[in-house]
Amino acid sequence: MWFWLLRRLGQVVPTLLILSVLIFALQQLMPGDPALILAGEERGDPQVLAQIRAELFLDRPLPEQYARWLWRVLHGDLGFSWRIREPVATLILQKLPVTLQLGGMAFVIACCIGIPLGVLSAVYQGRWPDVLVNAVALAGISTPNFWLGIMLILLVSVHLGWLPPSGYVPLSEDPWQSLATTIMPAFVLGNAISAVLMRHTRAAMLNALGQDYVRTARAKGLRERVVVLKHALRNALVPVVTLGAIELGRLLAGAVLTEQIFTIPGFGKLIVDAVFNRDYPVVQGVVMVVAVITVLLALLADILYLLVNPRLRHA
Amino acid sequence: MSAESPFRRALRQFFRHRLAVFGLVVVALFVLAAVFAPLLAPYDPLKTSWTLVRKAPSAAHWFGTDENGRDILARVIYGARASLMAGVVAVTLAGCIGIPLGLLAGLAGGWAETLISRVADAMLAVPFLILAIALAAFLGPALENAMLAIAITASPVFVRLSRGMALEAKSTDWAEAARALGNPPWRLALVHVLPNIIPPLMVQATLSIAEAIIAEASLSFLGLGQQPPNPSWGSMLNSAQRFLTQAPWMAIYPGVAIFLVVLAFNLVGDGLRDALDPRSQKR
Repeated sequence: MWFWLLRRLGQVVPTLLILSVLIFALQQLMPGDPALILAGEERGDPQVLAQIRAELFLDRPLPEQYARWLWRVLHGDLGFSWRIREPVATLILQKLPVTLQLGGMAFVIACCIGIPLGVLSAVYQGRWPDVLVNAVALAGISTPNFWLGIMLILLVSVHLGWLPPSGYVPLSEDPWQSLATTIMPAFVLGNAISAVLMRHTRAAMLNALGQDYVRTARAKGLRERVVVLKHALRNALVPVVTLGAIELGRLLAGAVLTEQIFTIPGFGKLIVDAVFNRDYPVVQGVVMVVAVITVLLALLADILYLLVNPRLRHA
Repeated sequence: MSAESPFRRALRQFFRHRLAVFGLVVVALFVLAAVFAPLLAPYDPLKTSWTLVRKAPSAAHWFGTDENGRDILARVIYGARASLMAGVVAVTLAGCIGIPLGLLAGLAGGWAETLISRVADAMLAVPFLILAIALAAFLGPALENAMLAIAITASPVFVRLSRGMALEAKSTDWAEAARALGNPPWRLALVHVLPNIIPPLMVQATLSIAEAIIAEASLSFLGLGQQPPNPSWGSMLNSAQRFLTQAPWMAIYPGVAIFLVVLAFNLVGDGLRDALDPRSQKR
């Protein structure tokens, strides 16, 4: 097991290194000279341009630029925002808790929808509840997140007037208001992965229900409810939870549009604003952080899987 | 009983799948709408009118009008062009990048395989939409750039799939026989491996188109895709958001269009998978 863990950790390093090269390379796609953008009003002054280039090491060869950039990134320095004149890392740390709250709520909502529906459809395999649940899941996957958000605002906020259409109140300020401002976006965000969780749960439950221990439990004369919920579901949840951890990465991507629609000042709004403002270091920084989080989540999922599944420990 | 060709059997399987056929019909309708947009659209999608600003749906304007008095039905019909083109072009491009690289990785092995699969894995580690947004942002806002960004983002899936299939195919007896007959590796890839991996690639391509259409709509919603005044479902939703209380119809129809076309591609993809997968064969 330790050998496996080491090897798995060893895989993370090259992946992150390649990612850093790719994210650094993004800069090279940019049309035009970054120094020109940064100089703003003074773009006609060759001295200013030369100074900016020297400060950012833009006059050095690419491998050296990359090495310097990577060195700084490894020290937690993601560069300076061109617009807001603040370190990118600070900006990200400011916004991350908002998105984590949203993502956490979305994940809970997704589990509350996806897992029971998955169990239902596995228990009634091939019959109408199964067909219905699958149709709902397919519809969920096919609905663009941002459109669902707009439709919910239209229904819940504009027509019914139940919840505020946009804005955000921090949890520390007023927990109740905070919940009111985030429940709708969290539902929208959770929708996308609840369908995925449902499919995973269905497959895992079908597998578990076909196992010998389930047959034994039934043969003992246990009630069907106990067999399904206690014997089958507990075992089926193992792959679901680990796959769910990977889906958390997808939440970060979904947050981009969801936060935009509900004007929630989180991580997603940060990257969108940065895109509009051509604030490239922020875009790079956000992509880097998201990539690192996703890679680590995948690692965490693998370790979790190993921990809850004793049979793999000796493999 | 006479033997049925695999193609005909797959076709028969596919058409037994009622939902998949429904999906195919919907896709066909959208393709027709995109191709014959000038004939079908009741109005010019770009023609503004100050007397018709934000009019509710009526007999003259079935889907209502937008903030510039343009007919929404006409814009939804023309918007199919941007969406379908983005979906098909981006995925074709992704296949053209991903499949050769995947075949190369699978058949050549060695450092080429390590490098290619590492890069593909690293790209897959970034959530789809975030990578697409970042690429589109750096390339600059334009529909062509959005398509390119989506294509690059979608390509690692094709690398992984075709590499896996090539590895599997390489170890089969018929590939061994072809190699023993002295076929060069490129011939092995093109003539022997590629035709065998086309079915799973078709399934993946269909599902990728659905994903690419959502991505294009998302990028256009953020202003990174189709540029105004040209219609795109994503950018229509963007302007609709500002008039949600006064003109909700602006937000409904483009979204329904995205939902329907994405659902249709997903249904076709699922149907294809069932029809082409030899393991799920029913007589």
